[in-house]
Amino acid sequence: MDEVSLFGIFISALLINNIILMRFLGLCSFFGVSRQMEVSLGMSMAVIFVMTISSAVTWILYHAFLLPLNVEFLKISTFILVIASLVQLEELFLKRHIPHLYRALGIYLPLVTTNCAILAVAFLHVDYNYAFIQTVIYALGVSLGYTVAIMLFTGIRIRLEIAPIPEPLKGYPTAFFIAALMSLAFLGFKGLFGL
Amino acid sequence: MAKLKSFTNGVLRENPVLVLVLGLCPLLAVSNTAINALGMGIATIFVLTLSSTVVSLCRKVIPEDIRIPIFVIIISTFVTIADYFMAAYFPPLHRSLGVFIPLIVVNCIILARAEAFAYRNSLIDSFLDALGMGLGFILVIVTIGIIREVLGNGTIFGSSRFIFHPALIMVFPPGAYLTIGFLMGILNWWKNRRK
Repeated sequence: MDEVSLFGIFISALLINNIILMRFLGLCSFFGVSRQMEVSLGMSMAVIFVMTISSAVTWILYHAFLLPLNVEFLKISTFILVIASLVQLEELFLKRHIPHLYRALGIYLPLVTTNCAILAVAFLHVDYNYAFIQTVIYALGVSLGYTVAIMLFTGIRIRLEIAPIPEPLKGYPTAFFIAALMSLAFLGFKGLFGL
Repeated sequence: MAKLKSFTNGVLRENPVLVLVLGLCPLLAVSNTAINALGMGIATIFVLTLSSTVVSLCRKVIPEDIRIPIFVIIISTFVTIADYFMAAYFPPLHRSLGVFIPLIVVNCIILARAEAFAYRNSLIDSFLDALGMGLGFILVIVTIGIIREVLGNGTIFGSSRFIFHPALIMVFPPGAYLTIGFLMGILNWWKNRRK
């Protein structure tokens, strides 16, 4: 995997393989919280924060314990428990040391535990066999991709609240159509920088 | 009669996907062909019924305060079994489902049924409820898989093609969003008309 540059990993995670529009991960929170701009922003910040830290921790855990001990089959159970407890720890840490960040992210942190994108990134860096620094860049790219997608999506969704849409298509169906069109647009990034 | 009700509840009236909007990620990500959709559906129903059964069996000895971590461990055990079973007997399917097999752990349907139903009900009821919910999930995911494969590739279950010039876009991510949007719209329209 050495021939893939860090920049390539970042751009690919951010745009080409956008976690929401191309890989279908983290959809529950994507459709669930995207009704107001501030809420979407708070959720994206929490995702960036948790995803970067948890992928670094799971990388260390996988390469320092699971691989040497030959117990890779425990990775599903280990990762989910580690991520769940990590979120709790981060919450305690923020509350204690960076209270203003805690006030901004507070209610979104527990929600992040159930965001499948976090766990997916932990499995994907194992699948892709990334080195430590690649993993961190990858997680950063993925979470920024989440931010880009959810901010654009929220903007469009707010505008469509006041549009005259046929009754049966209101709510979720319209949201899915918006996502379809955005995903079509992101398909255009394929081949960018020869990736 | 009550037994029958806890079974049929999940299939139609409280369909986990179309009505409760749970478990979207695997539903959209792996429904690009009917075979993938069926494989995912079977893996999910396997994990769902067994974990609901075990949770219901142990509900008297699971302390209330730490029930969620225990549920997660039970679920992740069955997911690991399903993961390795598929890797051993259906390697091509395992490859095309990829990261979405370990991600069954965070499929909201499974944890939601463990928490909301199996922890409070008897063994038989929990088993039937999980089976119904699982069938509801299979029904929707295979429907989407068939629609996308027919329109996008012109085949069903990989059989010889009968539509020429298919719309490739249906196999790509936007097609998934379009299909589920239309399915939900049709369901809403049908419900409104019956009222």
